[in-house]
Amino acid sequence: MTQTVDPPGATSGLTDAELAAVRGDFPLLGRTLRDGRPLVYLDSGATSQKPDVVLDAERDFYTQRNAAVHRGAHQLAEEATDAFEGAREQVARFVGVASDEIVWTSNATAAINLVAYAMSNATAGRGGAAARRFVLGPGDEIVVTEAEHHANLVPWQELAARTGATLRWLGLHDDGRIRTDDLATVVGDRTRVLAFGHASNVTGAIAPVAELVARAREVGALTVLDACQSVPHLRVDLTALGVDFAAFSGHKMLGPTGVGALYGRRELLEALPPVMTGGSMVEVVTMESTTFAPPPQKFEAGTQMVAQAVGMGVAASYLEELGMDAVAAHEHVLAQALLDAVASVPHVRVLGPTEAVDRLATVAFVVDGVHAHDVGQVLDDAGVAVRVGHHCAQPLHRRFGITATARASASVYTTVDEIEVFREALSGVRAFFGLTADGGDGR
Amino acid sequence: MSATAMEQLYQQVILDHAKDPYGHGLVPPHEHGERVGESHQVNTTCGDELTLRVEVAQDATGQDVLRSVSWEGQGCSISRASVSVLSELVTDIPVADAERLGETFRELMRSRGVPLDEAAQDALGDATAFTGVGKFPARIKCALLGWAALRDAIVKAGVHEGVAQHDTEHEEDA
Ligand SMILES: Cc1ncc(COP(=O)(O)O)c(C=O)c1O
Repeated sequence: MTQTVDPPGATSGLTDAELAAVRGDFPLLGRTLRDGRPLVYLDSGATSQKPDVVLDAERDFYTQRNAAVHRGAHQLAEEATDAFEGAREQVARFVGVASDEIVWTSNATAAINLVAYAMSNATAGRGGAAARRFVLGPGDEIVVTEAEHHANLVPWQELAARTGATLRWLGLHDDGRIRTDDLATVVGDRTRVLAFGHASNVTGAIAPVAELVARAREVGALTVLDACQSVPHLRVDLTALGVDFAAFSGHKMLGPTGVGALYGRRELLEALPPVMTGGSMVEVVTMESTTFAPPPQKFEAGTQMVAQAVGMGVAASYLEELGMDAVAAHEHVLAQALLDAVASVPHVRVLGPTEAVDRLATVAFVVDGVHAHDVGQVLDDAGVAVRVGHHCAQPLHRRFGITATARASASVYTTVDEIEVFREALSGVRAFFGLTADGGDGR
Repeated sequence: MSATAMEQLYQQVILDHAKDPYGHGLVPPHEHGERVGESHQVNTTCGDELTLRVEVAQDATGQDVLRSVSWEGQGCSISRASVSVLSELVTDIPVADAERLGETFRELMRSRGVPLDEAAQDALGDATAFTGVGKFPARIKCALLGWAALRDAIVKAGVHEGVAQHDTEHEEDA
């Protein structure tokens, strides 16, 4: 089953008191900007802020448990290993998988590249017969969508170039949603990999995972889910979604930078050849050859980002304690508020679904006659932090004939009042550049 | 940021140039065999693209002069205004002078909003309006895009004289 969003009203989200308590957990949210302006952080899609428990967990690891993991027989090493593996369990439980199906990576980008390079290695003959299912060559096809973040596009372009496979993609509807009307022709017998984002970091649209996974299974293609934007905001059960691989980053889900995760179904991780090689990922090494440790260690060569992993585990538990249904319900309210805000300002157009259905509280928009950079500057002057540019999704922007948008993206700690500050600042943008609220675009 | 910092960034000169830019629309090369150079630049932050074309001819004294400077592309008000001001400043001046101006402008962008000395300000003319940009590191690249294109286009036109070509790419990435 692939239910990803709670129907609106299924749970009540967060009460004002709960939300105030959440905000109190994030020290950075209390800081002020130039001229003492309060910060309105609407750039959580790029990276989230971190609660004290995450920061404390990293510090606590260094002050109490720091030692090399999986090595050494001393007490500290045991405690460090427990913390590291305990974090893996926390993250695994959070996304509904077994802990040996979670590989630590430095971020989602590294996780996706791991899969792509492992397939290259399989194509080069590494991994033997078991890895033959990952071999690609001319005639094989890799399918992505036009909505992808570059992190889930460029690695596949490169894999296609290295192996002779062909890259194809599913297009987008005018509201930014993935077109599935030609799914049966784009994803076919030649398709070996179907890689797609669970939720777009630009349009906020949630992908029709069930439909895409069903088609991939029909034709025997592997599915790779970029879950970067979904895991922080929705209840995500990767086992239930039925994907083969998934990637997400710690820093977008209230955790530290420098750590992310790759999920792979156990039998696939077992068959997949390693990419990085060296210490910590081996069984027996002779001068001639090496046998590898079982997954996930097989993919974790060298000293790992232990403190960050511990922080990511705590971030997952923090979200779990809030309850992802409550988080999603709260963010549903924020999505509606953001959409109402941009709809209330003349000459602002949304790039993505304009209704708060199957979408995140991530809203990209253009202001007619004003470049996104200039929009961002005026918002910044009001203390409102948004992202401007192509958000690492140039093909998506090109699909809509524009190069850059401004994007407001919320997280669990965002309030409706903050969105009102955003709305007010946005309503002054055109006037700042000498354009009238109701006139033409002035250019 | 104070309203004054915003006003320093978006000086009226900048808003005016952004709205009605100089040199917009690529000028087809003349027929007299002048050297033409064209540069294509991308602002990696936002994906904005700029194509700038220069035409170099020798004047009566044998000096290389920028006979025309024109461009095409879309960008924010800072980048549009910057390439507009640049086009106005360097059209019909010796290549060597244009390159020296570029160096001065890059120096201005490194000055963190502090005005340069009077001689530099005189040389930069309207381009001194960009002084406030130096306070906004995220926007320096916007202001430099046109100047980077100019320098590259001059090289592409096959002009080798002028100030030493030292690599300032890293500063531009700041
Ligand atoms: C949808 C999506 N995929 C992938 C990434 C890449 O994440 P990271 O930079 O943490 O590797 C991002 C982050 O911007 C994203 O939003």
